[in-house]
Amino acid sequence: MTTAFVLEQALNGFQLGVLLFLLAAGLTLVFGIMDLVNLAHGSLYMVGAFFAATFTLALDSFFIGVLLAIPATLIVGLVVEVVALRTLYARDHLDQVLATFGLILFFNELVRVVWGPAGLSVPLPAVLNGSVQLPLGITYSTYRLLIIAVGIAVAFGLYVLVSHTRIGMLIRAGASNRTMASALGVNVGLLFTLVFGIGAVLAGLAGMLIAPISQASIGMGEQILILAFVVIVIGGIGSIRGAFIAALLTGVIDTMGRAFLDEILLLFMPVQAAETAGPALSSMLIYILMAAILFFRPQGLFPPRARSA
Amino acid sequence: MFRRSALLASVLALGVSPAWADDGKIKIGFVTTLTTGAAVIGEDMRKAVELALDHIDSKMGPLEVEVVYEDDEFNPQTGKQKTEKLVQRDDVDIVTGYIWSNVLLASANTVLDAGKILISANAGPSQLAGPGCHQNFFNVAWQNDQTPMALGQVLNERGVEDLYIIAPNYAAGKDMVSGVERTFQGNVVGKDMTTWPSQIDWAAEFTKVKAASPDAVFTFYPGGHGPAFVKQYEQAGLADTPLYSVYTLDALSLPRFQEAGMETVLGTVMTQFWAPDLDNEQNQRFVADFRAQHGAYPSFYAAQSYDAIMLIKSAVEATNGDLDPDALRAALEQADFESVRGDFAFGNNHFPIQDFHARQVVVDADGNWTTSAIGVALEDHQDVYAAECGM
Repeated sequence: MTTAFVLEQALNGFQLGVLLFLLAAGLTLVFGIMDLVNLAHGSLYMVGAFFAATFTLALDSFFIGVLLAIPATLIVGLVVEVVALRTLYARDHLDQVLATFGLILFFNELVRVVWGPAGLSVPLPAVLNGSVQLPLGITYSTYRLLIIAVGIAVAFGLYVLVSHTRIGMLIRAGASNRTMASALGVNVGLLFTLVFGIGAVLAGLAGMLIAPISQASIGMGEQILILAFVVIVIGGIGSIRGAFIAALLTGVIDTMGRAFLDEILLLFMPVQAAETAGPALSSMLIYILMAAILFFRPQGLFPPRARSA
Repeated sequence: MFRRSALLASVLALGVSPAWADDGKIKIGFVTTLTTGAAVIGEDMRKAVELALDHIDSKMGPLEVEVVYEDDEFNPQTGKQKTEKLVQRDDVDIVTGYIWSNVLLASANTVLDAGKILISANAGPSQLAGPGCHQNFFNVAWQNDQTPMALGQVLNERGVEDLYIIAPNYAAGKDMVSGVERTFQGNVVGKDMTTWPSQIDWAAEFTKVKAASPDAVFTFYPGGHGPAFVKQYEQAGLADTPLYSVYTLDALSLPRFQEAGMETVLGTVMTQFWAPDLDNEQNQRFVADFRAQHGAYPSFYAAQSYDAIMLIKSAVEATNGDLDPDALRAALEQADFESVRGDFAFGNNHFPIQDFHARQVVVDADGNWTTSAIGVALEDHQDVYAAECGM
């Protein structure tokens, strides 16, 4: 086991982490600020992937495909917010879960009607399809490096937006105490639409980025949504910073589990037992982490200050 | 709740008459996946069934054929409910279909306890092949272990010494891996069993493969996972390591590989009981008509489904329309039909005894990517569980 091997696995972990962050950032904002449990967040991820795939295949350029898919996903997100979710803000969580679960079924079926059941494969430009040679003998996929770069850039952009702009101030105010913010004259309805739009674009972007790796397919959102919920619970609901750190933590722990757990188990287990226990345990690692964090810090690692009850 | 039990009561009160006393009709229930991403498989099976019905004019002996399709939604519980519906409400004579081993296992007893005939058109779990075999259960596809056992044989013949295995961690995945390990004589230098079906990113596993630098990689990812797997395999820079697979590259995924220009798959080798270019009359007719109707090659799922209908037809003709399960069973055991795979016989456990071919991904005369048989890997092969079956 060489240093390069460990570092490559760390990069794999980061790549998964930033992808989870893109998804979790929107989820945590929507949940934290609007107090809306949005199970259909994964559907926007799927829709983003399908838009990117369609535009890329039609225009023969991945970059233009993504550039067009971003506003398209934003429009879908805003339509969903205006048509379906607005009526749910005042309802309790169970109603929201039911309604947004309905949206998942709706979107899965819609995608099947529009794009067929097979899913779409997204070709990458030749520049991105290969690997690059990094220092310390690491060879790493160019495209996955790009995902890491985009993820970090988005995280930085969100940091600036939330911490250093007026809109960010309103968002933070909304996250800390919605009623008070509204009493001080903040147009909460508009703020909600804006926040939901940001969340939709981020989820869509995550879908667009993953599409060339795992292709756009029906139900792709539900598989990763569970991980995204784990991330926001670990990070503290409503906190972008928490989502970022928790996403990286989740990505790295999940990847490291898959990379090293079987070897570690072999040190004190017979081969047969390690082969059975390894995959089971590595798929449980992040849930164990979540359970441990819920036990010691039920509010998550970085809860927003003074959350309203 | 009340309404449902009232409905049930009225159905019971009507007294559903035994099917063979019926109106010159045979009803076949066909359970497959028609929604979710796996619907591509179910649609292909349905197309093959419809083609088979075309070819036989919707007639089996003196009887009209009616096929009732049900969607298992890729979910064992739903599959069981749909099976119950077919058996109890539609009162079908024979139930067939079933892509997934776990769906079949959840549903089998519903059919068998009702004394009806069950014919799997795909799933071949070991549980139904060994001591758990049943007189009314038939499989017209294969037992899960057979195809990977043939692949292990191919690996030996091609001089592969160090093999890396990546497969999903569920019933069929484990069967496939144990199948290869049963015949492969070299070393397994690494093995990863991934979470199914949620894991669709293999970055960590591929980094391990590169570190282990094996002679070849073996994999099994059915449905939508296969293209994603091969794509990442290519992106990870593993294109020079030969990839061997079972049930991963098929007529459903190859057109998509072609669209995406993923040439890594060209020339890769897999094993299968059937190939679209097998040289027999039944197969040529099936493939040509399927391509004419749908503009694409049929998948092996389609081939099995086509065979399922032809098998049932042969039995109904032999009994001259008598749908009594005892008569049907005796006729089915003869397997007196022209299979698209060529020679076909049932073993004692009602699983096929058949050849397994090595198949390679090639470009056909029209420029389409397809698979072609390149040699027999296992001849007249019977699964290893048959000996444990008491029939």
